[in-house]
Amino acid sequence: MNAVATLRHTRYVLGENPLTVVAFSLFALIVTVAIFGPWIAPYDPIASSASRLQPPSWDHWFGTDHLGRDVFSRVIVATRLDLFIAVSAVALSFVVGSILGCLAGFFGGWTDRIISRCIDTIMAFPLFVLAMGIVAVLGNSVENIIYATAIINLPFYARVARAEISVRRKAGFAAAAKVAGNSDLRVLSMHLYPNILPQMMVQLSLNMGWAILNAAGLSFIGLGVVPPTPEWGIMVAEGAEYIVSGQWWLVFFPGAALMLAVFCFNMMGDGLRDLIDPRRRT
Amino acid sequence: MRTSWMVTVGQRLLEALPTLFGIILVTFVLTRSLPGDPAVYFAGPAADAQSIAETRASMGLDQPLPVQFGRYVQNLAQGDWGVSHNTGRPVIEELGRRLPASLELTLLGLLLSMAAAIPLGVLAATRPNSLVDHACRVVVTAGVSMPVFFTGLLLVYVFYYQLGWAPSPLGRLSFMYIEPPKVTGLYLVDSLLAGDFEVFRAALGQIALPAITLALFAMAPIARMTRAAMLGVLGSDYIRTAKASGLAPHTVLFTYALRNALLPVLTTLGMVFSFLLGANVLVEKVFSWPGIGSFAIEALVASDYAAVQGFVLSMALLFVSLNLIIDLLYTLIDPRAGGEAT
Repeated sequence: MNAVATLRHTRYVLGENPLTVVAFSLFALIVTVAIFGPWIAPYDPIASSASRLQPPSWDHWFGTDHLGRDVFSRVIVATRLDLFIAVSAVALSFVVGSILGCLAGFFGGWTDRIISRCIDTIMAFPLFVLAMGIVAVLGNSVENIIYATAIINLPFYARVARAEISVRRKAGFAAAAKVAGNSDLRVLSMHLYPNILPQMMVQLSLNMGWAILNAAGLSFIGLGVVPPTPEWGIMVAEGAEYIVSGQWWLVFFPGAALMLAVFCFNMMGDGLRDLIDPRRRT
Repeated sequence: MRTSWMVTVGQRLLEALPTLFGIILVTFVLTRSLPGDPAVYFAGPAADAQSIAETRASMGLDQPLPVQFGRYVQNLAQGDWGVSHNTGRPVIEELGRRLPASLELTLLGLLLSMAAAIPLGVLAATRPNSLVDHACRVVVTAGVSMPVFFTGLLLVYVFYYQLGWAPSPLGRLSFMYIEPPKVTGLYLVDSLLAGDFEVFRAALGQIALPAITLALFAMAPIARMTRAAMLGVLGSDYIRTAKASGLAPHTVLFTYALRNALLPVLTTLGMVFSFLLGANVLVEKVFSWPGIGSFAIEALVASDYAAVQGFVLSMALLFVSLNLIIDLLYTLIDPRAGGEAT
């Protein structure tokens, strides 16, 4: 009965907002491309050829770049790396942010004060600037891009988790679980945390697009991914000098791919929020 | 009333101190966790064991960490932010020289986006589901999905390459013009002060595209917040009362509704600034803008740590002071935020 109601609600929300359907199909497409990218790509993404800076044509759908590499193949193959960076960064901040936020919200007092202070300190920096500083110190690698993006995203999860846990901390079901002999940690992880998962998931999908943008921004300024590895941010950076002479396809296609991915995650986030928490619809 | 406001200001300034401490602590940790031994790095590649030891002693790296931290704070306060390896000049001097360029760009971008986003949000809220409302939604969605460097490059392609309206995207002023005498460091203001309209027009031409890029990016959160706040306010009781009392529609809309709706918008400006200062770095790279963002990028690529640290610290200080200004404005506009007034 419950499942049927959920299904009906889902269908209703999707019918109300057809963009959500578009977003979910786009998501499926992006994941497919990320998984099967190297087999879909018609050319070797790092093999240069003599046909340099060719505009889009039947042979090269997205044209070729300054080294004669096929832009279409590069955009396709880059999907996996971009998605990998964003997913691992967001997963990391989701887990760490959940733990910190739950501890702060559940125990309150000094635990709360110390954790909140640390979170506030992260938020006191312009976040992208902090990420630049972190990468500068940790060293210039893809792994460190992931850590930097995870750190600047952490406050959003920690704050949601803290707020939602502290509201439910005194709820009847939590007290009942405690009285039944569960330890604090067990009440927190088995009884309280599952209740805040929906809100955390909404935050996750809203945050995903922003994480992709940040990671791409870092590689656009020359951090992390090293050429000739195909990645959207670095492809835009490489094409930037050709835009003033009119070779727009070098920038346009990787940039558009990036935009589409971010757009897709934002739309999915809005859709998920409507599904899970209809009161927050705007 | 006056004194209570002073007290509020004082309290707010005191509250900023722990944040300031946190920021300095983080940058300190960032300096001390450099890859490898900082003494080896700063002593240079030709150093032997003895000169490394001397460097370590002169940098205070042999002292306990709290002592090192105290010394770090002291140096910062005295304006000693280290020397940039890239340019061989003190970091604080480099930052000071480039700050006006970044400020001019960021502020113009913010002004433009507010000038466009607030009317858009108000129109969208007063006419739900109209064409304006949909336009607002498109702007908001596109604004959060477009990478700012991509928007900038698209604008360059359209307005420089295709239409030829904009000058080439290289810096603040074409080499054909002489920069205006320095008063504020903002070319637009300085050229007007000097009465040199030709330079003003040239500087405006150069700044137009990067500022519009930033504005498009910042429009999304402002428009979204204005719309939401206006919708909330317009549904409230006092608006109904004002309407029922027969006040003119525009009095209700602007004097009663907009003023109250702008309060939450002001609060979101803090977050907008966080994004803007980050986006500024990317825009500066796209347009070869000689601000602190492009300085930081050069420093990052060359592993010039002192410069990067100075950049992160100065941006954080800028951000904290902007937030402080927003908070103080808030207490001025909304007496309830003053605490005692309620």
